[in-house]
Amino acid sequence: MPPVPPPSLPILQVAGVSVRIEAKAILTDIHFAVASGQVCALIGENGAGKTTLLRSILGVQSLQSGTIQILGQPATRQLHRLGYVPQKISFDPDLPLRTRDLVDLGIPRPFWRWRPPDPHAVAEAIHAVDGEGFANQRVGRLSGGQQQRAVIAHALARKPKLLLLDEPLANLDFASANHLVQLLGRLAKEQGISIVVTAHDMNPLLPILDQLVYLVGGRAATGSVAEVVRTEVLTKLYGYPVEVLQHHGRLLVLPENPRQGLEIPCYAHDHD
Amino acid sequence: MFATFYWNTWLAASLLALAAGSLGFFVILRRNAFAAHALPLAAFPGGALATFLGISPLLGLAGFALLGVLFLRLFSRQGRRDVAIGLLLSSFLALGGLLLSLGREYAARVYGLLFGEAWAIPAQSLQPLAVLCVLLLLLLLWQFRPLLLQSSSPALASAAAIPMDRMDWFFLLLLAIVCAAAVPLVGTLLVFTLLVSPAAAAQRLLARPLAAWLLSMLLAEILVWSALALSYWSNWPLGFFIGTLGAGLFLSSRRW
Repeated sequence: MPPVPPPSLPILQVAGVSVRIEAKAILTDIHFAVASGQVCALIGENGAGKTTLLRSILGVQSLQSGTIQILGQPATRQLHRLGYVPQKISFDPDLPLRTRDLVDLGIPRPFWRWRPPDPHAVAEAIHAVDGEGFANQRVGRLSGGQQQRAVIAHALARKPKLLLLDEPLANLDFASANHLVQLLGRLAKEQGISIVVTAHDMNPLLPILDQLVYLVGGRAATGSVAEVVRTEVLTKLYGYPVEVLQHHGRLLVLPENPRQGLEIPCYAHDHD
Repeated sequence: MFATFYWNTWLAASLLALAAGSLGFFVILRRNAFAAHALPLAAFPGGALATFLGISPLLGLAGFALLGVLFLRLFSRQGRRDVAIGLLLSSFLALGGLLLSLGREYAARVYGLLFGEAWAIPAQSLQPLAVLCVLLLLLLLWQFRPLLLQSSSPALASAAAIPMDRMDWFFLLLLAIVCAAAVPLVGTLLVFTLLVSPAAAAQRLLARPLAAWLLSMLLAEILVWSALALSYWSNWPLGFFIGTLGAGLFLSSRRW
């Protein structure tokens, strides 16, 4: 599926990206672009290629073909414009590091400068994640949701143009997940930060999503939710009939007939 | 205890406490206490060999501690770090045992390597110790922020393009040098206490990184000073007081 042309110069441009790991195709011909202030989700099950795609954008995964550019340059040259929130964050409870110290460490600077060049940068990043309440607490003693926000503030401190989050909603309870989704929407709209987030389930993200990269076995359908989450598009992607159900604004993707869905063969080559 | 005769020991112990307290802060952050236990023991055969050959023990100790780091890095790449450390520990101790058996008449000196000879510190060892201490503090100040981030969360550090391997080398080499310098004073078996106990207590007590780092050095000083005083008055070995006071310090910080 061709990428949606972005309104201005894309912050992130992924073009024709294929990745093989030990002769196994992990990603096949992925195209998408994310404009300034857009929220894009990489949706897929475990092993669909989400993490590999994220690692490719970070520049730590070498590509077999295709290009990834951030503001028109390779990612490795643009690391300072990129904020990354890794999946499993856990800090030791006795770690002598308060939230504001962790945020401060997000601002790279030469060793002789103990204080950040911009004295407000730390406070602004903490404010952006609504973190004043735990700014002086040790990061290791925060709740899962608070730790997540502390790490996002750390990533925001260097004022990135693009924020990458790996499964930020995993391990969060319903309320924390909602709070985080609202926070991400606000960062995109108010600060114009482009956001790429991976998730198993698109539903919590639906209110803020501009774009979706739906991954199945390393292939992707990309576009807006309305363009991608459709019976014909996903049937083609999965290679067997699936049905998209809507219920109170939530979306569910199911094999049309579970028995047939499990026996892939007769539909498997439809998309070729 | 400040009579000129003990001045050397007091000065050497104070310098060493500064080095161990400052580097120990990162030992705890990186959860590398096991390595801090193994590297002094890796240095031990070097000391035994130096005694056997009649060269400066510090050379032998530093050489083998560095060899230990090399061993650790090579074997960590094959798999788990903890297994690599365990193997380092036992194989170097085995080597030390061999060297010990080759030169029986030096057993007393080897006992000194294991438990330290605090009251026999020669004046000429003070200058290198002071240089090492200043150098260590400068290097740690230079890399404080990247090392702090990398030790707290390797994932966040790699996102900030802080080279993981280079940081590990940097840390392990400093650890090897501090271990080698500490062995003549407190012995291979007790370097661990100096590295681990003040730093763990300080991190428990203070939440700010820089403040906890400074407190770690201060607690290390208090630990060695009290141990020196008690050892002087009681005529019991210094190592006994370092070991027990160190454990006591750690426990009381938990109860705080």
